[in-house]
Amino acid sequence: MENWLTRLKGLRRYPSLAAGVLIIILFIGVSLYTVIAIPYSEGIRLWRGGPGVWDENPKNAQPIWFDLFTRDRLARTIIVTGEDTGITRVEPLTDDINLVEIVLPFKYNYDGFPRELILFTTVTFEASHMPVTVSWRTPDGRSITLQEDRLLRRGPASYYISQDIELIAQLGNRLPHDALFADPEEEDRPLRGDYEIVVQAELREGDELSAKLMVAGQVHGVAGTDHRRRDLMVALLWGAPIGLAFGVLAAVGAQLSTFVLAGIGTWFGGKTERIFQWVTQVNIILPMLPILIMIGYFYSRSIWVMLGLVIALNVFSASMFTYRAMFLQAKETPYFEAAQAYGAGNFRIIFRYLLPRIAPTLLPQFVLIVPTFVFLEATLAVLGLGDPRLPTWGKVMNDAYRAGALYKGYYYWIAQPAALLMMMGVGFALVGFALDRIFNPRLRTV
Amino acid sequence: MRENIARMGRYTLIRVVTLVLAVIVAVYLTVIIANMGGEMDKVKKSQIQFNVALEVYMNEANRGLPASVLKELVKERAEAEFRRLGLDQPFFPRRSFRYLTNALSLQLGRAEFMTSDAGSRQVRLILVERLPSTLILFATAQLLLFLLALFFALFLSRRYGSFLDRVTIALAPSSAAPGWFYGIFLILIFAFALRVLPDGGLMAAPPPPTMLARALSILEHLILPVTAILIGALFASIYAWRTFFLIYSSEDYVELAKAKGLSSQAIERRYILRPTMPPIITSFMLLAITMWMGQIVLEYVFKWPGIGQAYYQAVQVGDTPVIIGVIVIYGYLLAATVFLLDFVYAILDPRVRVGIGR
Repeated sequence: MENWLTRLKGLRRYPSLAAGVLIIILFIGVSLYTVIAIPYSEGIRLWRGGPGVWDENPKNAQPIWFDLFTRDRLARTIIVTGEDTGITRVEPLTDDINLVEIVLPFKYNYDGFPRELILFTTVTFEASHMPVTVSWRTPDGRSITLQEDRLLRRGPASYYISQDIELIAQLGNRLPHDALFADPEEEDRPLRGDYEIVVQAELREGDELSAKLMVAGQVHGVAGTDHRRRDLMVALLWGAPIGLAFGVLAAVGAQLSTFVLAGIGTWFGGKTERIFQWVTQVNIILPMLPILIMIGYFYSRSIWVMLGLVIALNVFSASMFTYRAMFLQAKETPYFEAAQAYGAGNFRIIFRYLLPRIAPTLLPQFVLIVPTFVFLEATLAVLGLGDPRLPTWGKVMNDAYRAGALYKGYYYWIAQPAALLMMMGVGFALVGFALDRIFNPRLRTV
Repeated sequence: MRENIARMGRYTLIRVVTLVLAVIVAVYLTVIIANMGGEMDKVKKSQIQFNVALEVYMNEANRGLPASVLKELVKERAEAEFRRLGLDQPFFPRRSFRYLTNALSLQLGRAEFMTSDAGSRQVRLILVERLPSTLILFATAQLLLFLLALFFALFLSRRYGSFLDRVTIALAPSSAAPGWFYGIFLILIFAFALRVLPDGGLMAAPPPPTMLARALSILEHLILPVTAILIGALFASIYAWRTFFLIYSSEDYVELAKAKGLSSQAIERRYILRPTMPPIITSFMLLAITMWMGQIVLEYVFKWPGIGQAYYQAVQVGDTPVIIGVIVIYGYLLAATVFLLDFVYAILDPRVRVGIGR
């Protein structure tokens, strides 16, 4: 015990250890926060997406902090709802028909153009279709009719202004979200000021119309969004607990089982040991990743199945040889003879004397192997074998890679999860290397 | 001397038997998994049945035949097809063992979906086409890794505590990430941001006309993947091997050699390198094995047309013969790597040569 304490006191001499521990604690903190703030089922729901989950997010928007590195103010997402800021004017036309006009005003003060314009409307009325007119007013007083008498069905509808082919033609083959914001004097800059979008419809008594406008920004959220409008923050946060759990559980499962088996094998010697040695020699030649890939494609991609497999394939890992060498040395010490003399059973000796004697040397090994497994999970995910439901760092990288993020210049999409993976890996590696020097004093002297 | 040779022969024999058994286990496991323990047969059978039925019912010549005759016809032809593919026999144990023996004797058969670039369905030809590119990449990276790590480890062990030494120690945790991970960053920087190197592939498209230009193009395409592999493994190797050298250079006999006034080169060669070589070879062997496996992702990231890519494509479409073929090749390559390094080990370690150590 005292021995351990003095060793722990020595830790102050290793700043890299402190840095590593800090990183790991940070990730544990983030994991705890994530699991509480976005519960497991909620994380899965958010990442699956679907109607209504991410509709109000832009596609492939850069993270908000990109703004700090650009001279221009990049556009952020603006959402204008009829209920909050909209102005509704009602003008009676005949006895029972009113001309209802919803004006959605917003201020646009950015130097970049927005990425997309979507108008969400919900109508409740008696007739089967209802004509709606949408027009656009710029700060300098121009008015552009986007759509005249568009027939809307009952219920919610989305008008993707940016994809309206007729409008694109009308604007001279320019994308609506560029053309509608462009300064007439300086075409490549947006005009700042107060814009308005006006929705007009002829409603009967009891009919209702509501409207909401989304001006999709160039930047959105702390982590940006992906091609399916999902906020990457969800995946970046959830990647931490999953990466940690996978790495640590795999490391514990694989290393501990190898350790115990090596101890048992060495203590009994003879046939048991020979069999263990032989199985290990066979096992290290088994192509682990190809087997995992095969299982992933043919049976299950669940992360827990993969975890079990990884552990199973690593029970007889190469560490068996290292541990065996250590145990052989330890076995020579006389107190094992003493233990036998007082009549201790084989397993008592193994678990009470032999294993604890080598355990400290296991610690650095164990910490050093964690990143291997964290990256193994990412490797599987990058190959498209990530858990189908859980958001992980590797899966984000896979999405990005498949969507051509490098080619299209969405570097944030790949760089953020990669940086986090790297950080977690380096955290454990720093601690592992430092522990290695502390617990193997032979290395300390040199 | 003769006794030594006999010992080495026995040792080699045991190793070969172990390795062969390992390959057999790996391949048999693959046969079972890739056929889903025989479940794949059902899928294939119903697929054949469907195709045959489609053919029979759609055939103009069969028009007007009574339904029972048509049914009989479908059954007959489907069964003939089952027999042709051997599906009429149970998967366990006969057919699974036939798969195994065929695979081990490299009779890889025909692919179900994939074709080689030349258009052949022969699994052997598909893999033969891919093997050279994998070997080029892997051998280059391994050789460079070994030589660089050895050189720098020796160099740093002489300059223990120097600035360079500290930098290397600080960089050692970089090996926590695998090669493909750095590959993505290298592609990002050198292929897309700076546009100085290709982002992947084996050579430029269209292939250059002359042999020399083609070789140069391959060399250019090799730079990034090889660098990725090196970054992923170099610093940890240097760190580990440097430590070995340092431990061994503080032994008494090294001090004695120094006292005798031997040149530092002679000391290094005879008293430091010699005893440290076996553990270094072992660690290198384990590294090489894990890197063989990592090859699949690396080839995927760099679009390198090698065995790993072939395997990945085969698994995606469920092409069992190709999957088994690749695992056999991997198995043999791994076994060959281990055997070769083992042999080097035996030559370097006199204890193994005279049979004391084992």
